[in-house]
Amino acid sequence: MLKQYSFEKTAVQTFPDNVSLAMRTENLQVFYGANHAMHDADLGFPKNQITALIGASGSGKSTYLRSLNRMNDNIATVTGKIWYHGVDINEPNVNIYEIRRHIGMVFQRPNPFAKSIRENIVYALKANGFKGKAELEGRVETSLKGAALWDEVKDSLDKSALALSGGQQQRLCIARSIAMEPDVLLLDEPCSALDPISTVKVEETLLELQKKYSIIIVTHNMQQAARVSSQCAFFHLGHVMEYTPTATMFSNPQIPVTQDYISGSFG
Amino acid sequence: MGAKRTDFIATVIIDLIVAAVVGILAFLLAYILISGLPHVSWSFLTGTTDAFSGAGGIGVQLFNSFYLLVLTMLISIPISLGAGIYLAEYAKDNWRTSLIRSAIEVLSSLPSVVVGLFGFLLFVVKFKIGFSVISGAIALTFFNLPLLTRNIEESLSAVPRNQREAGLSLGLSKWKTEIGIILPVALPGIVTGIVLSAGRVFGEAAALIYTAGQSAPVTNFSDWNPMDPASPLNPFRPAETLAVHIWKVNTEGLASNAAQLSAAASAVLIIAVLLFNLGARVLGNFLYRRVTASK
Repeated sequence: MLKQYSFEKTAVQTFPDNVSLAMRTENLQVFYGANHAMHDADLGFPKNQITALIGASGSGKSTYLRSLNRMNDNIATVTGKIWYHGVDINEPNVNIYEIRRHIGMVFQRPNPFAKSIRENIVYALKANGFKGKAELEGRVETSLKGAALWDEVKDSLDKSALALSGGQQQRLCIARSIAMEPDVLLLDEPCSALDPISTVKVEETLLELQKKYSIIIVTHNMQQAARVSSQCAFFHLGHVMEYTPTATMFSNPQIPVTQDYISGSFG
Repeated sequence: MGAKRTDFIATVIIDLIVAAVVGILAFLLAYILISGLPHVSWSFLTGTTDAFSGAGGIGVQLFNSFYLLVLTMLISIPISLGAGIYLAEYAKDNWRTSLIRSAIEVLSSLPSVVVGLFGFLLFVVKFKIGFSVISGAIALTFFNLPLLTRNIEESLSAVPRNQREAGLSLGLSKWKTEIGIILPVALPGIVTGIVLSAGRVFGEAAALIYTAGQSAPVTNFSDWNPMDPASPLNPFRPAETLAVHIWKVNTEGLASNAAQLSAAASAVLIIAVLLFNLGARVLGNFLYRRVTASK
């Protein structure tokens, strides 16, 4: 039986004005019909850092992440504010397609298109009006290099992406996202379907990518959160319970529920 | 009885049933081909039919069958593509959608002769189009739409949801994701469905007897202006198809060799339908390799 924890006692950090934030949410709530899946999430995400969202299954961390680039549209009702470059992108009149080009997403299961490796990267670019053969080729190379996949696939760009291994497919999905040159990269448990070696490669890629992008990653794996992230938020049953620098979270958790989760009492 | 023995008996029974099905099919095919093929000749395939006795070649009927098929597909593919995309991607899960689905099911279970009579009363008589290729094509479209729509919807729904999320997360619109990413993956299944339904349409007789008519006026194959009454492409001329011809030769044919004529025509029809099936498979595989860049 899961212990009852008070949702009143939380430890959520806020950032001083001199820390520039890539994104920030204010009173973000998510409802699936009558089911209140996310309560009042107030989180800020510092630029060029990796922020990990951890918590047990059903804690609302993926739901929260998917709200950030409006992937929950038509699936759930999201209220509250999502501040991005001084604009509340949770407004109905915001161009969600434009938003998603700036806030990219990588999913739990690798989902490359059933096209060639090259087409996987250039398809969305071309659809968004990006022209010029040389420029497109350049994007293919830089994004594949960014995702640490270039050396493995540079001689087989016209082969099907489905022939790649799971880890390669996931790095291709990362390459496909960064080819759009987004600001923020959202990753929803990107390594849960991968073997340990592929996981290490994806993690190394992320650590490299934070120099250019602000990254928010949902993970089940506490070691992963500890390895890659600078900030860490702990979610529990649809509430953000604790949000601190990762080092603090794992060495000195502020409240009992985080302590119990990190020490493996539940989840 | 031990598990092993039970399993053995079950396997034998299943094998026998499969053998029976395959055997019946092989027997039918062999019978039709053996009794028909000896009477098939070049002059039979290209010759014209004597309008009174029904004797002679099937050249015009063969052309009519293909022409009717092309017209039917031209009408039914765009409609069913739209309907299939709507049902698979845009329709909300509510009473209206289930009403549409049951309507499609009812439409697909209509007996083809009823569709034919409906076409006769509406297009041939009421709209005064007369027995014509176009009346037949519209009747066949009614017959074809539910099957194609269902096929397209199922092919699209079989594409994993995460492909749609991938498209949307890159800032592609829903429509662009649908056309550029989902449709190509579903295309081989859709093409297979189209070619298989083409086989059914090609062999359909009952729906055409009262719509496309039972006469095959001799056409001038050097005149390709669809507006000319004698042109083979004129959609307003009556056009007996091969399947209807077989039916007619057998029921009211006066030719002394009526049995041989219908056997030969049946063999040609069967071969055409087999070719459609084979073509469906080859084309489906080819397209899949092309769009997914896999070898």
